[in-house]
Amino acid sequence: MAIALRQINPDVFPAFPITPSTEIPQYFASFAANGLVDTEFIPVESEHSSMSAAIGASAAGARSLTATSSCGLAYMWEELYIAASNRLPLALALVNRALSGPININCDHSDSMGARDAGWIQIYAENNQEAYDNMVQAFCISEHKDVRLPIMICQDGFITSHAVENIELLEDEEVKQFVGEYEPENYLLNPECPMAAGPYSVTDYYMEAKRSQAEGMRHAEQAVLDVAEKFKALSGRAYGLFESYRMEDAEKAVVMIGSAAGTAKDAVDRLRERGVKAGLIKIRLFRPFPAKAVAEALKNIKAVAIMDRAEGYTNHGGPLGADVMAALFRAKSAAHAVNIIYGLGGRDVRVEDIEKVFADLQQIIDDDDAGETYRYMGIRE
Amino acid sequence: MSNHTEIRWHGRGGQGAKTAALLLADVAFQTGKYVQGFPEYGPERMGAPITAYNRISDTVIRAHSNIYDPQYVVVVDESLLEAVDVTSGLKEDGAILINTERPKEEVIPHLKGYKGKVYTIDAKKVSLEAIGKYFPNTPLLAAIVKVAGIMDEDTFLKEMRASFHHKFASKPEVIEGNMKALEMALKEVR
Amino acid sequence: MATDISKLGLKTRWQDLTEGMVIAGAGTSKAFNTGEWSNTKPVFIEDKCKQCLLCVPVCPDSSIPVKDMKRGAFDYEHCKGCGICVKACPFGAITMEGVN
Repeated sequence: MAIALRQINPDVFPAFPITPSTEIPQYFASFAANGLVDTEFIPVESEHSSMSAAIGASAAGARSLTATSSCGLAYMWEELYIAASNRLPLALALVNRALSGPININCDHSDSMGARDAGWIQIYAENNQEAYDNMVQAFCISEHKDVRLPIMICQDGFITSHAVENIELLEDEEVKQFVGEYEPENYLLNPECPMAAGPYSVTDYYMEAKRSQAEGMRHAEQAVLDVAEKFKALSGRAYGLFESYRMEDAEKAVVMIGSAAGTAKDAVDRLRERGVKAGLIKIRLFRPFPAKAVAEALKNIKAVAIMDRAEGYTNHGGPLGADVMAALFRAKSAAHAVNIIYGLGGRDVRVEDIEKVFADLQQIIDDDDAGETYRYMGIRE
Repeated sequence: MSNHTEIRWHGRGGQGAKTAALLLADVAFQTGKYVQGFPEYGPERMGAPITAYNRISDTVIRAHSNIYDPQYVVVVDESLLEAVDVTSGLKEDGAILINTERPKEEVIPHLKGYKGKVYTIDAKKVSLEAIGKYFPNTPLLAAIVKVAGIMDEDTFLKEMRASFHHKFASKPEVIEGNMKALEMALKEVR
Repeated sequence: MATDISKLGLKTRWQDLTEGMVIAGAGTSKAFNTGEWSNTKPVFIEDKCKQCLLCVPVCPDSSIPVKDMKRGAFDYEHCKGCGICVKACPFGAITMEGVN
């Protein structure tokens, strides 16, 4: 992630450390100190300040970003909405970690899932290669003239952020060309056209402002696809809104986000060897949510398990479950769907765990009854 | 899944088990393998038992789980034999490598009837002699490379020298000691 | 996409507002008539005025224009009728009166 940021060479990077995202600004600070980037690196005193400074810099016309995790994201909550409503295309490298409490430093998605309604684009990665590739693509999406929304590039804390894995990097010059120069239409430091940013919007204007944000979101899906196409031409690595793994003739599927999807691929392969028609959908773009495309990908599925690495406390499942089930409902799907909460606070996910999920889906098909649709995986009970 | 090796490290916070696992991933990567090296994280507590893992494979590694059925286990601190179930899930056709001053025969009774191969090395002796301080992870890294047959010794030493040059760029005086520790460990493991 | 602030109003569609509600251009508050926000206004009694100009800096809405070191008539387009100028005047040259 830090290498991608060095190659992007942003204008401003304010940061405050928090495990497990600390290494990103830490490595970046050394790049800045060693003159490898032109970035103004600002060590601030809190996440409230880091996001505020990133917003100020972005409004001033700079390409800016910051990084955080967990409670750090919670502490910049207020600013997340401000970045989005001001239509500032800044980026946030988010290393997913459970929110306290009980206090815990390990991975789950409760931090970013809580921020899902803040008006940010959210993109998730399975491994370090994807985290790097997503970061390289981030600004091309957020700065797209039809989008102009902040973007959160998420990866799983420790599981991928602190793992040594194989990764293919692009050349510095390639990334520089790909990302290009940031040319905002107008900005605070433009002497040709002074402007005021972030004005008070009374009731007469607030809803129009929010509708305008939604319009940016509506264009984000296409921008993500267009940028991915361009990225594929450069790197040979293909990305979409989500990844369909062995879904062609699948009868049973799991839908999930993040590093555990890699583990699930091994499970799918094992089951396929035994003739089980198993498939996986790994969500890459969670905000905006590609509801139509996901429902289309699941149209021939008899039973699906939607896996949430965050609680929603709705008494019927987590945030991904809610979105996928809504998509299935609107597509008039007849599939049985269950929502499974897993991996909270770093709880490990094994290949065998996912195999068990597929066995449960088979049971649901045999019974023609989904049974309990809100379940926990890997819990002692 | 041809040639897929899984290793679990047991150490105590501060002994460098995590660093050794990450270094092993690095050095195996240099020989063209797909690798993973990752610790099981918690609060940083010097002396508390910690676990780290390696996957080294000829094919792409996608699983992101911990390792429950390793082929190899490395015990960085002998006292963990009592505190932790180090042979849990360890494959019988695999091996366990233990850092101890004692002869192998004295250690085996503490392995809960593990039937696979047992290797030992006195990493303290090697480390003190080569580096002058007690860093058990460097000798154990060399020992596990040999025990698990991850690469030939010459390649390993060549890659490690390059890695140390990078890692210790600000204190090159420690490179030779560490290299000596690796070379000694390759001979001492038994 | 810079907004012409004078076109802002209760009938403006969301499509015609700026992204992020930014307001382009400097000094746009001049075009925003805040003079209707009260039912009392200061009245300038020129005969009593000594041109000390103490009223000018205390006006929160810059509604007392000054030309050639002399104050002129109130700018009722922007005066919100706060009455601070009345308190500031040592000569009783400003009074507050209701607006018809």
